[in-house]
Amino acid sequence: MTKINAGSVRFDGVVKRFGDVTALKRLDLDIAAGELVTLLGPSGCGKTTTLRLIAGLETASDGRIEIGGEDVTHLTATSRKVSMVFQSYALFPHMSVAQNVAYGLTVGGMRKTEAAQKAEHGLEMVGLAGYGERLPSELSGGQQQRVAVARAIVLEPEVLLLDEPLSNLDAKLRRHVREEIRQIQQRLGLTAVYVTHDQEEAMAVSDRIIVMRNAEIAQAGSPKELYDCPNSAFIADFIGDANLVPVEIDRVDDGQCHFTIGNRRYSTTNALIQAGPAQAVLRPQSINLDNPQMDGLPGEVTAAAYLGREIQYTVETSAGPLFVIAEANARAHKRGDAVSVNIANEAVRLVAN
Amino acid sequence: MRQTIALWLLAGLAGCTLLPWYMTSGGFWSFEWVGDGTPDSALTQIVQVGRWWLIAPILAMLTVAIVQFGVVEPVRRAKLSLWIASAGLVLTALQGLVIVRAGPRLFEGLFGGEVAAAGQPGFGIGAGVALISLLFIATISLSQTGRGRGDAFVVSMIGLIVALVAVFVFYPVAHILIRAFEIPGGYSLTQFFPRFFDSGLWGLDCLFGGQSCGTAINSLFLALMTAAGTTILGLAFALIFTRTDFRAKKLLRVLTVIPIITPPFVIGLALILLFGRSGTVTEIAAELFGTEKTRWLYGFWGVYFAQLLSFTPIAFLVLIGVVQGVSPSMEEASQTLSADRWQTFRRVSLPLMRPGLANAFLLGFIESLADFGNPLVLGGGYNVLSTDIYFAIVGSAADPAKAAILAIALLSLTLSAFLAQRWWVGRKSYATITGKADSGQNAGLSPVVKAICYWIALPWAALTAVVYSMIIFGSFVKLWGYDHSFTFDHYTRAFGIDFTSGRLTGVAWDSYFTTLTISSIAAPLTALVGLATAYLLVRQKFVGKDAFEFSTMLSFAIPGTVIGVSYIMAFNFPPIELTGTSIILIVVFVFRNMPVGVRGGIAAMSQLDSSLDEASVTLGANSFTTVRRVILPLMGPALFAAITYSFVRAITSVSAVIFLVSAKHNMATSFIVGRVENGEFGIAIAYSAVLIVTMLTAILLLQLIIGTRRLRRTDRVQTAARA
Ligand SMILES: Nc1ncnc2c1ncn2[C@@H]1O[C@H](COP(=O)(O)OP(=O)(O)O)[C@@H](O)[C@H]1O
Ligand SMILES: [Mg+2]
Repeated sequence: MTKINAGSVRFDGVVKRFGDVTALKRLDLDIAAGELVTLLGPSGCGKTTTLRLIAGLETASDGRIEIGGEDVTHLTATSRKVSMVFQSYALFPHMSVAQNVAYGLTVGGMRKTEAAQKAEHGLEMVGLAGYGERLPSELSGGQQQRVAVARAIVLEPEVLLLDEPLSNLDAKLRRHVREEIRQIQQRLGLTAVYVTHDQEEAMAVSDRIIVMRNAEIAQAGSPKELYDCPNSAFIADFIGDANLVPVEIDRVDDGQCHFTIGNRRYSTTNALIQAGPAQAVLRPQSINLDNPQMDGLPGEVTAAAYLGREIQYTVETSAGPLFVIAEANARAHKRGDAVSVNIANEAVRLVAN
Repeated sequence: MRQTIALWLLAGLAGCTLLPWYMTSGGFWSFEWVGDGTPDSALTQIVQVGRWWLIAPILAMLTVAIVQFGVVEPVRRAKLSLWIASAGLVLTALQGLVIVRAGPRLFEGLFGGEVAAAGQPGFGIGAGVALISLLFIATISLSQTGRGRGDAFVVSMIGLIVALVAVFVFYPVAHILIRAFEIPGGYSLTQFFPRFFDSGLWGLDCLFGGQSCGTAINSLFLALMTAAGTTILGLAFALIFTRTDFRAKKLLRVLTVIPIITPPFVIGLALILLFGRSGTVTEIAAELFGTEKTRWLYGFWGVYFAQLLSFTPIAFLVLIGVVQGVSPSMEEASQTLSADRWQTFRRVSLPLMRPGLANAFLLGFIESLADFGNPLVLGGGYNVLSTDIYFAIVGSAADPAKAAILAIALLSLTLSAFLAQRWWVGRKSYATITGKADSGQNAGLSPVVKAICYWIALPWAALTAVVYSMIIFGSFVKLWGYDHSFTFDHYTRAFGIDFTSGRLTGVAWDSYFTTLTISSIAAPLTALVGLATAYLLVRQKFVGKDAFEFSTMLSFAIPGTVIGVSYIMAFNFPPIELTGTSIILIVVFVFRNMPVGVRGGIAAMSQLDSSLDEASVTLGANSFTTVRRVILPLMGPALFAAITYSFVRAITSVSAVIFLVSAKHNMATSFIVGRVENGEFGIAIAYSAVLIVTMLTAILLLQLIIGTRRLRRTDRVQTAARA
């Protein structure tokens, strides 16, 4: 299969209400052709609703939806060139694997033989050549998942939608299948919108992540941007682990915010923060523990867990309990040890309260 | 979509020019006109007979054709077509309603008497095709204006079902209303109320030592008693079934299900054979205790007993779900709070079941009011509405206006109960029955409750068993009560075959075959309409869905007698003239049993994961293809269940049918009622036994197909979903 005609997706002030429940509040969205974008967020934040709006399974209460530059707001799901992979796979249990994959082609009017050929090709692409005659029930979960992907991509959709495609697989398989999906997407140049509530999965597959919260976009950006520059405590906590330490900004000049943690002064750039209370984001990998004699924030180790490659500590300090990850080959501390906590100025980010 | 409209335009124009517009003498499906050369189409009627008013549909379709090809802007085109097709539809229906020589003439004055008095026969196949085409042109255009998310198939289905329900439920019921206001030579609003509130209907004399109460009061009292009785019996059975280790549960189950496949008056008959003046029990009691043989059975008590026997299974089926639905953890919680079993039952379980009990009570109430067979056989001097309606139509002093008044009284009672049930159950039931993912044990019954249940339920079960043995026994004896020698006479008289000539000499064959044919045609149609409605209700969103659901469930609340009366009032004359045909029997079954199909369909549809049809739709299939290739194949079991149930209901129903049978199309139940009225109990019972066996065979046959299908399906679906 050659590269296909991928389409962009644009939401313009899209609102979705279910009776009294507002599932989406004025959503603006821009997804470029050929990009894999992940919608990430806690359960109930409106990810599935967004996906179903793109598919045409729901109609927007307000606003405008474009696919490939065309207004599709009032088009039915049938007439949109969008395919979807469902969380439950939704394979038709009364059809064979080949019939399942060929379904979209035959209902689109393609001749049976040609459709069968294309279906076989699609199955090859997901590594299931020769499984066509089986029933979905005669496949393992991971294989069923791949049939669902094959069924969606043989239609050469402008946009491929995946709603938590891995949530029914066990942890090992999940990693394998997600890499496979990413590979196919890149090889065919598909535009893909991928829904998950697992931040690690999102970081691993996405070009860009859109984090949603309470029916709104909380922050969008590449995985690295989100990790390095969270714009809120929620994002900082949701993307990777973070210690959130309440601080008092005493002075702001030229965009530099000055504050104290323990006995040490810090300053960092953040145009959005004003003087007053805020929170400092401290990634657990960027905190160093030293001997108590050393200069730093004094603390006491209250928990230590040895995990092979790394050691995880909880350290009680005057700034509150801190979660710290240290490499295993560094000097180990025991529970009850007094330590001095060192935090580099570059490693500290500020977010508003 | 333009092609689809063009196709319907062609069909409609063909209906106006090539098919006979009116009902031909041979009936709707008669094709004798095929040989005649020129059928009496709408066009020839206009040109040759001068019935200019038939121009409406032709004009409408031609204008739509012009709009389709002349207007470029799609939404404007769709809107114009919608308006024109709707206007054509309304005008065509209106001319049929106004220009008639018989029936209610409400609009006569409005339209100038001359044309209206001209008269014309009822709609035939040509008119049918034209009207359906106009309807679909209108619905497809409506979908093109953006309604129903632009889905022509769904909008058309909604349109078709609404039209069918309007024509075959609301239109006939409206006729009753009109008739109720009729006085000699016109209509009067003021006459209605004195007649409706007549003491013959609502009188309470019996309370004050008078002769008897009004018919409506009788019906009401009977219904309240029956509802209370069946609810208590049903609860006792449900408790025994779920909360005790009673040995013969299987047998109990059979005893509770058999009455469902029993023609309604058969239980009444068996009661006569047992407790009538020369019944077995009466004889024995007279022998042993010297009690006087009386006719006590004919009246309130007889009907009451028969209804208890007939309707307890319904209460049981409702309540077993309710009793199982009471969350064990709540009962366990109560017991850990050191309440004993009796306290737990009274303070926790029973209150939790209250909505279910109300539901069972209201169902029993509606069933009792609508019951026709038992009062007909056992009523005696105790007049109730459903039978009085019948006698007001067929009796020596036929009085349709009185029948209409009685029907309205009955309808207002059942409708109030129906509304009460929806209001009550809709509000309360959700909160109490928690999910199934509740392990733990339901509390056993306290000894007192258990004893009460046994004492209530077991004698009843014994009585049912005796009643059914009587039915079998009675069909094999010469003359019940007088000559108990064994005989096959009744069977040979009913189902005799002369093997030398191969002729069917039995008197019952005719009605038996008619019954089977009509039931087998009606059953799949009922299932289809029911499942289609269920699909729309579960899987589609549209404006007015609540009203749509309500109107499709409404026919459940309309008693059979009322339906029967309304059908002969509505379909005895043009524009829809169906009495005396087999079509009217099929139609009455389809629309009476439709709510059952809808309920079954909703249950089955809810178990089918909606992502399956969503997957199909996102893969580019339209909703028609989705229904055909994904939903229908997976709905097999539900389809068969709905077919079985409508088949059984069609065979056993008597109340509506008895008004609509004709010499040509007689049905088993009305044939049996005729025999009962002649006192030929033997043949009536033999026939009933044959019907029961027929239905059992049909059910087993269908079960065989359903059973195997369900097994394969669930096991595939489960594996697919598990992974
Ligand atoms: N069909 C519906 N009817 C009513 N509320 C709905 C419906 N679908 C979703 N919602 C509500 O909209 C919100 C967002 O749901 P959803 O998009 O499914 O969240 P998630 O991010 O977990 O996929 C939730 O509060 C949910 O209850
Ligand atoms: Mg979701």
